[in-house]
Amino acid sequence: MDLSAINPVLLVASLMVAATPLLLAAIGELVVERAGVLNLGVEGMMIVGAISGFAIAVETGSPWLGFIGAAVGGAILSLLFVVLTQVALANQVASGLALTLFGLGLSALMGQSYVGIKPPAMGKLDIPVLSDLPVVGPILFSHDLILYLGIALTAAVWWMLKYSRMGLILRAVGENHDAAHALGYKVIRIRILAILFGGACAGLGGAYISLIRVPQWTEGMTAGVGWIALALVVFASWKPWRALLGAYLFGGVTVIQLNLQAAGVAIPVEYLAMSPYVITILVLVILSADKSRAPASLGRIFHASH
Amino acid sequence: MSTPLLSIKGLTKAYPGVVANDNVSFDIGEGEVHALLGENGAGKSTLVKMIYGLVKPDSGTMSLRGAPYAPPEPRAARADGIAMVFQHFSLFDALNVAENIALGMENPPAMGDLAARIREVSETYGLPLDPFRTVGDLSAGERQRVEIIRCLLQDPKLLIMDEPTSVLTPQEVEILFQTLQKLRSEGTSILYISHKLEEIRTLCDHATILRLGKNVGECTPRETSARDMAEMMVGTALKTPQRAGRAFGEIALDITGLSVPSPSEFGTSLKNLHLTVRKGEVLGIGGVAGNGQDELLAVLSGEILTAADAVKKDGQPVGRMGPTARRRLGLLTAPEERLGHAAAPNMSLTENALLTGSVREGLESNGFLKWAETRDFAERIIKAFDVRTPGPENAARSLSGGNLQKFVIGREVLQNPDVLVVNQPTWGVDAAAAAAIRQALLDLAARGTAVICISQDLDELMEISDTFAALNEGRLSTPRTTTGLTVDEIGLMMGGAHGMEVAHV
Amino acid sequence: MIVLEKRPQPSRAWSMATPLVAVLATMFFGGLLFAALGKNPVEAIGTIFWEPLFGEYAFYYRPQLLVKGAPLVLIAIGLSLGFRAGIWNIGAEGQYIMGAIVGAGVGLAFYPMEAFYIFPLMVVAGALGGWAWAMIPAFLKVRFGTNEILVSLMLVYVAEQLLASMSLGLLKNPEGFGFPGSRNLQSYGSAHNAELIEGSGMHWGVVAALIAVIFAYVLLNRHMTGFHIRLTGEAPRAARFAGVRPARLILFCLGVSGALAGLAGLFEVSGPSGQVSIDFNVGYGFTAIIVAFLGRLHPVGILLAGGLMALTYIGGEIAQGSLGLPAAAIQVFQGMLLFFLLALDLLTNYRIRAARKEVA
Repeated sequence: MDLSAINPVLLVASLMVAATPLLLAAIGELVVERAGVLNLGVEGMMIVGAISGFAIAVETGSPWLGFIGAAVGGAILSLLFVVLTQVALANQVASGLALTLFGLGLSALMGQSYVGIKPPAMGKLDIPVLSDLPVVGPILFSHDLILYLGIALTAAVWWMLKYSRMGLILRAVGENHDAAHALGYKVIRIRILAILFGGACAGLGGAYISLIRVPQWTEGMTAGVGWIALALVVFASWKPWRALLGAYLFGGVTVIQLNLQAAGVAIPVEYLAMSPYVITILVLVILSADKSRAPASLGRIFHASH
Repeated sequence: MSTPLLSIKGLTKAYPGVVANDNVSFDIGEGEVHALLGENGAGKSTLVKMIYGLVKPDSGTMSLRGAPYAPPEPRAARADGIAMVFQHFSLFDALNVAENIALGMENPPAMGDLAARIREVSETYGLPLDPFRTVGDLSAGERQRVEIIRCLLQDPKLLIMDEPTSVLTPQEVEILFQTLQKLRSEGTSILYISHKLEEIRTLCDHATILRLGKNVGECTPRETSARDMAEMMVGTALKTPQRAGRAFGEIALDITGLSVPSPSEFGTSLKNLHLTVRKGEVLGIGGVAGNGQDELLAVLSGEILTAADAVKKDGQPVGRMGPTARRRLGLLTAPEERLGHAAAPNMSLTENALLTGSVREGLESNGFLKWAETRDFAERIIKAFDVRTPGPENAARSLSGGNLQKFVIGREVLQNPDVLVVNQPTWGVDAAAAAAIRQALLDLAARGTAVICISQDLDELMEISDTFAALNEGRLSTPRTTTGLTVDEIGLMMGGAHGMEVAHV
Repeated sequence: MIVLEKRPQPSRAWSMATPLVAVLATMFFGGLLFAALGKNPVEAIGTIFWEPLFGEYAFYYRPQLLVKGAPLVLIAIGLSLGFRAGIWNIGAEGQYIMGAIVGAGVGLAFYPMEAFYIFPLMVVAGALGGWAWAMIPAFLKVRFGTNEILVSLMLVYVAEQLLASMSLGLLKNPEGFGFPGSRNLQSYGSAHNAELIEGSGMHWGVVAALIAVIFAYVLLNRHMTGFHIRLTGEAPRAARFAGVRPARLILFCLGVSGALAGLAGLFEVSGPSGQVSIDFNVGYGFTAIIVAFLGRLHPVGILLAGGLMALTYIGGEIAQGSLGLPAAAIQVFQGMLLFFLLALDLLTNYRIRAARKEVA
């Protein structure tokens, strides 16, 4: 066992990478839930995003087009959720599960000819001087641009929810859809947009795993990240900055357990590998005492009867 | 007479199985307070929803100051100067006052400016309100102020008010009326919807009366007696419940020093409640909605548990008992919310009869259900309470509000309770069903049951109770005998004006 | 314009018809999918739905239907109780694994002793293993209000890691030449869940599934607990008013579904699969969710749905061999079925009607 092989600077830099898929998916789901919709299909949208992005990046040679494709892929899958929950008024829990089961199968089908291929590499930020600084350089100035996009998205969603009229309307719809409808707001339309946004974010998060974090395609490679993202939204009390904090905490746990595996710690690999899931459960338990921040209409079906 | 502000001609709107409005016509003049009078289900709400753009009429036209008016959505109605204060406030509990008001405006100013304007308007009209308080923490009266100020900020030409006084104490009603009169003097027209006749006689210049969706008459309220208006509204002379003279027995239910926090975030905690009800007595508990009524019912039904001694039935502590154990002892309850609380909407009436009847009617043995007996019980309720339904296999949600309420009350009454607690027993129920329900409660009391009736309808409470108390912010006033009780005294028991100021007219 | 109009009460006819319509719609769109993959859609659908039942080798496939269907039905019956009450156990896969590990562990502890009581002990242990694993989300929900969906799902991943650990460590076959996986229970008489009738596919798991169907039917239709489960799902506030204790119901529903999933795992590990191995679980716990919904959360419906889903599994395998249809295509096919079912469910509670032209 050699813990000294673990470099703290690289650890922080890599935890940011590990956290980004979670963050992207969680920010998307946070917006969806703020609009009063519970979409449990995050895992399915992520994995479909992962393969869509991967396939398009491989075919076009452009990781950027890949990420755009991933966002579109995630959004298209979320459209199925829209049809089920907003048009056919189906139960949101069941529909989300259906989305995940369907997405897992669909991604496996789409990805058959992509197993074992290496995707085109994504450029990293390289600012002269800044990126070469010790400690600060690798942590702050040497990542791929999607990672910064994730942080920018967090800031944008925070601003939108807190200060913009659009954010106010979104929160209103999530708090009390009947009242929002009575004021003349288009509840269904607003929710559809939120769900599509959530799908696109989940798709981006999935593609981040297949194009940058791993990078390759294997079936079921999201391995529960989508579910952890759902837990993260609860952890964050539906607040964007807390989602960022939570994503980095979980990213840290993942990276540390991987480093411990590599360093050959005397704990069996399986027990290290289960630690992120166990910690997710523990965090959920600690935070479940306070439910007061949940949007009041979360998961309820809206139908504008006379 | 000059061009009316709003002219309605032949408005008709039908829903499957019911014509909500049938060829309704009337005019509202400039600066006029116009009453729309009718029973629950007469079609008042549908009519104003059409004026406000929430519902599109099947046929008929409206014109605003002579120009055709057909708002496709509330936004358009607001742009034309129509504002509405809803009966059930369309407010967002988790947002603050200013945010709530901004949501109701087309182009709200920045939050800081908006807050300043809210303060300004609220002072002008004597409706004090802090723009940054969370709406969920406000009292019913304060919540109504949010709605009114939201409307006033848009300088409306027509203000629609749907049953505005049902959530106010008599003193608060008086203040509201002064605000409305000030608005009228500034030239704003008001469409005032109510079924309370005395109010309309005090406030309104003109009244249109609706019955079963039809315009059945118009009058000048100041010159028409309440009795005449009532007859136009109801169509027939009503049978008022008969109170038999009765003597009270021993104490059946005893609440001592009861304090419980509310289980919901924006609910009201009960604070140091004391009350006793004797056999054969009807205790009426008044008060504005949201002052602890739901919590009090839950404490009595066993949905909220308390210290064992805080609630005693016939001297036996029941505070730690769940609903089933209490039913076994003869303490029965009927909550306010019919669909979803007192009854399961998608389940049949038979299943809903089982919901509370299983213990006392012997509808189960060792956990196994006796469906035949349960069906019999449901049929007995339907028969005894004249519930209009094709049969007990129909879902609860297929019944009209009044019929379901008769079923819910009947289900408890037929189980011969020792103590029966009802919350809002006639809310949203037509007059005939309401009279039947009140009579059933009085009959029950005459047979020796102790009845607690929680209601916001003061007329109803005065009609059936022997003793009256009021809930105000989770506290219960000392119960008093109803004989000789004045409206002013009742108002003070209900919390007076809840800290409101009188408008500087 | 099309508008939805709420029915005064749920339509019984549509409630029965939707699964059938959903199956037909899935066949149609699944056919399109297969065509898009370059397969003859009619042949593919025919292979999936016809071959296992009436094809040339049906004598081999029919017993397989029971083998695949039994765990699906067993798990789905358990899940349906919770789903009815709005208690979402989606971690049946984990409970299935734990049932197998604990049950097989008890059996292997007796090895090589032969005794009649070993198998019954394993059955009890398997049920307890699944029950205990489900009690984790149940207890956390009751005690702390933790979301059972997320906890039960996280525990699937934990159980998979435990399975790997057991296959490589504690339960590894000491005579297995270092390969991962336990001793094969099929060759340990007292612990073997053998076919009751040779070649029929009928094993104790099938019997247990049938008993579970009957048990669930009686519970839901004739017993107060079942009434309380339905009431809680329909109207939670009304249920509390009726005297239901939500905590008890959560413990009951999660406990029963965990125990049944554990039983399914035990019957599988001691029978068709034979050993604890890293790839022991094949997703029955998740497919059972589809089965539960497809069966309308009704015991008899679940029995039929379990059979249908087993058919797509086996037919899918045949199509995989004979037509080269990818295994994932069958997964998509099953997912589609759930989609159509959920979407068509609308017709049970709403009527679709063309709106009259609005008068301006």
